[in-house]
Amino acid sequence: MDIQALAKDIPVEGEYSLEGIDFITNGEQYLTFLLENEQYAVDILCVEEIRSWEKPTRIPNSPSYVKGVINMRGVIVPIIDLRLKFGIGKPEYTETTVVIVLSYESDEHSRTIGFVVDAVSDVLNAEENEIKNAPTLGGVIPHHYVDGLVNVGDGVVTLLSVEELQQIEAHSIG
Amino acid sequence: MSLDLSQFIPTFLEESFEGLELMESSLLNLEHGDDETINSIFRAAHSIKGGAGTFGFGHVTDFTHLVETLLDEMRDGRREIKNEEVEVLLASVDCIRLMIEAIQNDDDYDPSSIEETSERLSILLANGEDNASDGKSVAADEPMLLGKIWQITFIPEHHLVQTGNDPLLLFNALEDLGELIVLAKTEQLPSITEIDVEELYIHWQLTLMSDNASEADIREVFEWVEDECELDINLLSDDTPAPPSSVDEQPVNKAPNTITVDSETIEELPSHLNEADVALEQAASKALAEQEVAAENNAPAQSSSSQPTQATKPAAKTQTSKTPAKGKGDTGSIRVGVDKVDSLINLVGELVITQSMLSELGNDFDLSKVEKLTAGLEQLLQNTKELQESVMRIRMLPISFAFNRFPRLIHDLAKKTGKDIELIINGENTELDKTVMEQIGDPLVHLVRNAVDHGIEPADKRLAAGKSAQGTIWLDAYHQGGSIVIEIKDDGGGINREAVFNKALEKGLIDANASLTDQQVFDLIFEPGFSTAQAVSDISGRGVGMDVVKKNIQALGGRIQVDSVPGEGSTFKVYLPLTLAILDGQLVKVGDEVFVVPLITIVESLQAKADLINRVSGDMVLYRLREDNVPVIPIFELFNLPAEHQTVDNALMVVVEADGQKVGLMVDDLLAQQQVVIKSLKDNYQDVAGISGATILGDGSVAMILDIPGIISMAQKIAAEKQAERIANYSKALEGAVN
Repeated sequence: MDIQALAKDIPVEGEYSLEGIDFITNGEQYLTFLLENEQYAVDILCVEEIRSWEKPTRIPNSPSYVKGVINMRGVIVPIIDLRLKFGIGKPEYTETTVVIVLSYESDEHSRTIGFVVDAVSDVLNAEENEIKNAPTLGGVIPHHYVDGLVNVGDGVVTLLSVEELQQIEAHSIG
Repeated sequence: MSLDLSQFIPTFLEESFEGLELMESSLLNLEHGDDETINSIFRAAHSIKGGAGTFGFGHVTDFTHLVETLLDEMRDGRREIKNEEVEVLLASVDCIRLMIEAIQNDDDYDPSSIEETSERLSILLANGEDNASDGKSVAADEPMLLGKIWQITFIPEHHLVQTGNDPLLLFNALEDLGELIVLAKTEQLPSITEIDVEELYIHWQLTLMSDNASEADIREVFEWVEDECELDINLLSDDTPAPPSSVDEQPVNKAPNTITVDSETIEELPSHLNEADVALEQAASKALAEQEVAAENNAPAQSSSSQPTQATKPAAKTQTSKTPAKGKGDTGSIRVGVDKVDSLINLVGELVITQSMLSELGNDFDLSKVEKLTAGLEQLLQNTKELQESVMRIRMLPISFAFNRFPRLIHDLAKKTGKDIELIINGENTELDKTVMEQIGDPLVHLVRNAVDHGIEPADKRLAAGKSAQGTIWLDAYHQGGSIVIEIKDDGGGINREAVFNKALEKGLIDANASLTDQQVFDLIFEPGFSTAQAVSDISGRGVGMDVVKKNIQALGGRIQVDSVPGEGSTFKVYLPLTLAILDGQLVKVGDEVFVVPLITIVESLQAKADLINRVSGDMVLYRLREDNVPVIPIFELFNLPAEHQTVDNALMVVVEADGQKVGLMVDDLLAQQQVVIKSLKDNYQDVAGISGATILGDGSVAMILDIPGIISMAQKIAAEKQAERIANYSKALEGAVN
């Protein structure tokens, strides 16, 4: 091939643009979801996929919040019910119940775990300076799971730490 | 643009490990070796040195250079091959391996052993000149000639540089022989848009004026690229007879498009080669320096100019199917024979045909085509099965990967213990799954070490027993049924039954008046209690860490069996499954859950008859299976599941065996048998007691695979807890009664 022809093939900057890409802004993005009537969020980059609720295969002698394992394209993925895990109300499996599958890569290994939530709601953009420390006054969620709080309109969204959520030892038999 | 050399480092490392392995095994065979063996050792060392130089690992180059010099003397026959040399060379192999592993792991190494060995090498080399034995030196010395002019045409293949060779280094080496004129021919150079930067398009016409270089010397320079180039060496000066070797007599035509450069300006050649980054230049200067050293070291050698070792096909090449099973941090790779991949491609082709046939059939389907559909599905089944087998075969490696460390091990151990031991290896081509191979290595080392340590008696004892002074250890691998058997056999003294029995008695493992079969006694050596240091000194039998060996083998889904005849030796047989990835399973149902029972553990399945059920010692449920009393384990209770059958009467039972213990698993229903692919639970979750993994069933759902030994120990633990609780309750009640 001629070099001149090659040069012509190189797209000029800005020549192509993706439609619908304008929702991406600066700052981190979070996927928000509902547990009971509270808003929570996790780092969107860790979200592998969102699945509809299906009954998983039970793991013998596991804690009640470990619902079991599912087959996600050949990978065995454990499913953890976040309402049960955190003790937020009594879980009900409705039409909006979904499983958010999160992947997190730590130094030693990567883990993929699904979390049952009541519904996914939105994608939240938050700058670092918008994230406030969570007060350590009460609440059922252990403090180390919470990365911070973000005000959205009149409401508050709790940012959960994916790293902490993926600590399987915390979900172990006990 | 620069050529990034670092991408080739993993290849260099891999090849170096291969080379080291080759060196080691050849060195061990050297005693009854020939020139070919020495050549292949030399070649391997040379290759490591060259590679290390290219990548700038100076310490490896420097050290390997010493080794190479020693080897050079050996292959030229200037040095006798004695035990001492072999030992030093073996130690050197260890040192190089240490350095290369350090490079691989980006780690430091302990330089003391390397310094020590390199000192030993230097001493040997220094002595060598005095003690050099001319016995083997061949009288084919060429007459010394002055002012010979050699015309060399060097046409490398395009891919030469990709194999880690650099013409620049070759020319530098040639320059050491005399004055060199280099003529680069560029007529094959394509237009700039077509240049592949990793290819070499230039060839060279070299004129070498030298006082004493023989053709052999020149050939030696090109030895390493011999297979990858066209090489003509002509003697131009007329006053000497042409060497007898196959020299192309064609005069070299002055080709058009030639430019004349001298060796100093080669570096500026506009070829991709010389666009290489600083690393290459460094390598070049290093190689140059090293060649000077070599020239000095070889100075006496060259004057005596002994028989050149004609470059035979590098022995290393026949080893290309070997993969070093080393390296902790690497992702692991397999080198697969092309035939295996070919058969896979064939099968995929057939699968595609079947698929298109089936979709054709589905286009307008009516009942008259049912027969065709059935045939098509049958074919699909066949294809899938074959495909599965072929894919499995890709993971299979000959067991020589695990075996080839043993000659060295025996060599070292024999030296250490002062015993004379011969190792006979059979069945090294038996194939085994890569994962199994990697994990069976250590247990095997342990067993072999034990055979040397405890099995083979000292020579005087052997002679007294009427045996030959030399002990023998056999390593054998073969297929038996669906599994593979690895046999470690020695002709030593055998296991002392009495000693083992007494030791077990002392440890409280058995009852004084227990009557045990030989087999049962020998099995005692796998008890953890036997692995203490005390046991080693007390009994003549084996015992160091045998419990760990057994555990590791069981973790692979295998088992181990001992046989021993007093005075004649012992045999350890390790039975292993062919693969860890797939198992034949029996699907069973407990409540709503489907479990997989590994078929290999199942003795039989039956419907429990009420009158064969015995309840003994409180609440232990036993089932009379012919002569055996089999404890019954209700799975639903163990796993806290709701189940249909809550009592053992009329329940379905799957009798399984593990660790020589039979148990009956109570289940609700027996479903189909099928091959299942084992998936790890640990990847995303963790190990679960009683469960060895998960699998995906035909309908896409997940089923748990039962871990039979785990279930047995779980049941034992629960029983022990219950018993402790009962005793506590009983003594409490007793206390109450007293008060």
